[in-house]
Amino acid sequence: MKRSTALFKRNLPLHLMLVPGMIFTILFAYVPMTGIVLAFQSFVPGQGLFGSDWVGFDNFSYLFNLPGIYQVIYNTVFIAVMKIIAGLIVPITAALLLNEMRIRFLKRTVQTLIYLPHFLSWVILGGILIDVLSIDGGIVNRFIEWLGFKSVFFLGSNQWFPFTLVATDVWKDFGFSTIIYMAAITAIDPTTYEAAHIDGAGRWRQTLRITLPGLAPTIVLLSVLSLGSILNAGFEQVFILYSPSVYSSGDIIDTMLYRLAFMDAQYSVATAVGLFKSFIGLFLISTSYWLAYRFANYRIF
Amino acid sequence: MVESKNFGNRLSRFLINSIMIALGLLCLLPFLNVLAFSLSSPAAAEANRVGFWPVEFSLDAYRYIMGEPKFSQAFWVSSQRVLIGVTLSVFLTLLTAYPLSKESIHFRPRTFYVWFFVVTMLFGGGLVPMYMIIRSYGLLDSIWALVLPTAVQVFYITLMLNFFRGLPKELEESAFVDGAGHWVILFRIFLPLSMPGLATIGLFTLVSQWNSWFDGLLYMNKPFHYPLQTYLQTIVTNPDMSRVSDVREVLNISTRTVKTAQIFVAMLPILIVYPFLQRFFVKGIVLGSVKG
Repeated sequence: MKRSTALFKRNLPLHLMLVPGMIFTILFAYVPMTGIVLAFQSFVPGQGLFGSDWVGFDNFSYLFNLPGIYQVIYNTVFIAVMKIIAGLIVPITAALLLNEMRIRFLKRTVQTLIYLPHFLSWVILGGILIDVLSIDGGIVNRFIEWLGFKSVFFLGSNQWFPFTLVATDVWKDFGFSTIIYMAAITAIDPTTYEAAHIDGAGRWRQTLRITLPGLAPTIVLLSVLSLGSILNAGFEQVFILYSPSVYSSGDIIDTMLYRLAFMDAQYSVATAVGLFKSFIGLFLISTSYWLAYRFANYRIF
Repeated sequence: MVESKNFGNRLSRFLINSIMIALGLLCLLPFLNVLAFSLSSPAAAEANRVGFWPVEFSLDAYRYIMGEPKFSQAFWVSSQRVLIGVTLSVFLTLLTAYPLSKESIHFRPRTFYVWFFVVTMLFGGGLVPMYMIIRSYGLLDSIWALVLPTAVQVFYITLMLNFFRGLPKELEESAFVDGAGHWVILFRIFLPLSMPGLATIGLFTLVSQWNSWFDGLLYMNKPFHYPLQTYLQTIVTNPDMSRVSDVREVLNISTRTVKTAQIFVAMLPILIVYPFLQRFFVKGIVLGSVKG
């Protein structure tokens, strides 16, 4: 009894330290969760969060009868999966190639350049991309025309738009993603390479038999964790780059939700969309964390 | 990696260097193009004569945006949010990460607290409920709507927590023996040792506060309250920038030179802290994601 009181006294500051963080979390994470009741109401802005009429699952049935909703879900998954795959392959390749660079100054310079886009917002990158990809006078299309091809409507044609999204997303983040792989490569014991060299393995074979297997745990971990973002096709990027002419290929769940809520003022339906997405997200993220914990011994804390 | 110096290896080394230089250029040239446009004369910009070097060099676009009250107001809002946001986040992260860095044996309720924070990573109310709550708190059109909701981030806590765990255990034990409590240990012993960790978190928040634009669009009704990135977003996604045309006669500018100049100025703070970012982010990302 006495010991536990002493322990509590000693640990009291620890509890107190957590109070501010918890207040913030309650106010800006837990209280908003109560807002999901909107999804089961026919919300009228004047009547407050709990004052509107209850409608059960009507918003959800309305939602799944919206024209084009399945196209939107398809777009979301398609774009997200393409981003996940490209976002694994390109950085791994880039990290392997970086690792082969022997001129230190050159390697540093390349690293400095490829990290840069990661730190800029989609507003800035979007502004730049809209300019350089523009059909009249964008530098990319000027180059394509100079090569003798027809200019490409990257941001305006449904055929190109999803791939433009994937390519520009990879462009933003591939450099930064190499950091994790480079860290994993440096952790590989250099004597393995020496031994392989003595046994007659060339550079290519060393990469294939030592570096790649050394990277395998990191690759597995990151692919498993990316499972949680199958419904995240990148709201900010799409919002900045899309336009009504590419809705049929580029509209995703998040952008549809935004328009429902803040342009059509259908708050309840929009909340239902969000709730639907949150639930699938909850399932996907929990599964990915569990898998990562189970197979890669990964823990968030 | 060990290798022999034959012709094949030299060729592959040349190829690898070329590919990586090409990738580096791919990340550099779009920015150079935009910078070149912003520094060119409107005639050259409209005629698409600009590549990666300014044509008929002119600073008029920059002169114009410096005199544009909306731009400087937005710049001021952004500076404020960075200042408040960084201070608040760093302080809260420090305070929250310390107790959570203790082992469960010494601090029993740790598991409960950890779950309390982790749940927010797994599930959220969504966009509309968040907006409604911010509105009911009366935070619309206030700078606090931009800094308070993102002040506590589980990712930063994890990062700081791992940093604390990397400090030698003996420090804490000997301080306990000398009669110090947790407050003293945190602020007198851990804090001075945690500067690299705090710098990492400070830079993370700086970048995310400076770059955020969607919250500004959502929570600010009056464009007067927009942070710079939100202001820029309305310009970037709006093809008809009619406002420029009134003064076009007086100053030697065009829509394209002004737009590119604004993009470049909005990039500038990030470019200035970029050397630090590179140093701390590399450490931070490795600490936060690979270990655990």
